[in-house]
Amino acid sequence: MGGEKTKRVVFVTVGTTSFDALVKSVDSETVQKELLAKGYTHLLIQMGRGSYLPTKSEGDCTLAVDYFTFSSSIADHIRSASLIISHAGSGSIFETLQLCKPLIVVVNEDLMDNHQSELAEELANRKHLFCASPQTLHQTIADMDLNALRPYSPGDATPVAKHINRFLGFPDD
Amino acid sequence: MEKGNGCCFSSLSSIATLSSVAFVVILILVRVVHVIYSSGRPLSKRASKPVSTLIILGSGGHTAEMLNLLAVLQKDRFKPRFYIAAATDNMSLQKAILLENSLASESGTAVADTAQFMKIYRSREVGQSYITSIWTTLIAIVHALWLMIKIRPEVILCNGPGTCIPLCVIAFIFKVLGIRWSSIFYVESIARVRRLSLSGLLLYKLWLADQIFVQWPQLQQQYPRATYVGRLM
Repeated sequence: MGGEKTKRVVFVTVGTTSFDALVKSVDSETVQKELLAKGYTHLLIQMGRGSYLPTKSEGDCTLAVDYFTFSSSIADHIRSASLIISHAGSGSIFETLQLCKPLIVVVNEDLMDNHQSELAEELANRKHLFCASPQTLHQTIADMDLNALRPYSPGDATPVAKHINRFLGFPDD
Repeated sequence: MEKGNGCCFSSLSSIATLSSVAFVVILILVRVVHVIYSSGRPLSKRASKPVSTLIILGSGGHTAEMLNLLAVLQKDRFKPRFYIAAATDNMSLQKAILLENSLASESGTAVADTAQFMKIYRSREVGQSYITSIWTTLIAIVHALWLMIKIRPEVILCNGPGTCIPLCVIAFIFKVLGIRWSSIFYVESIARVRRLSLSGLLLYKLWLADQIFVQWPQLQQQYPRATYVGRLM
């Protein structure tokens, strides 16, 4: 605290592919203004195979912006961030939820087989995350109340295992 | 006269051929219906021996769900384990190898005794032209057949990738022909909340899977033959 502002990082991740619409969106003035207003200080973007390069910034009285393409330690970036803005891939979603971090999922509307929004919307209905599109992201940030989020309790594979065991005639443990 | 007789004879023989073809077709149909009927039912005899298990891995999210399932399955019952992933997907097999290595070091056995890892050609890569994909599909089918003849699994676990379809079709044909009876379990991905994936839908509509598990209750309402098992993630 003290003289220096507390570092509050927003981590943006697009996963293994590319999602330029999301990178463009977080690179926009409207989104960065809302993030600043919410007290975030840093913006770190994992941009994958995208071709759109965001503008880096040192961030004296604005948001400090930095980016990279891929990293083997995505979990570390999630852990040290205060807010995650992610693509709708189930891997990124559950990694973030299991680390109990506030999450905004941005659905890629350009994907052909767009089943990804199903999961994000269902989890948003259950108040585990916020759901947005690249166009509405700034509004979602402005409106979000992190206290409204409910913690996500991890799933359990034992019911499936039990079904399979019973089906094959193995005794219950 | 002669001509008439010959005609009679050839029509008789053609009736005989036709009816024997019809008989064989009916026999196969009856067998297929019987296999579908028995497939949906739990095995009647108590399992006493370990079952050889084929695990078909998909990409990122799919593999994470499958590994969660494997974490709770009894490794002494489901062995040996054969892992198959698409030839273009290195990550998934790496994760499976990591899991099997840690299992082996826990129990003090060699990985080679309990697990094998294989790659399968995909019939079509994203963006490939349709003409060349006829050829690659043929290769993929032959390769899948070769792998299935080698493995002849008693249990098949799959959860999404398209590569599971040819393997499950071959397993079903093996059941019809009496080569090997295998129980096919399909776990629909947690990402599917309202509709089954194409793989899930095919296995459901064609009655290819013994059991289809779904992770959301609303999906089970849509597809009543599926079993709701809660979330794996």
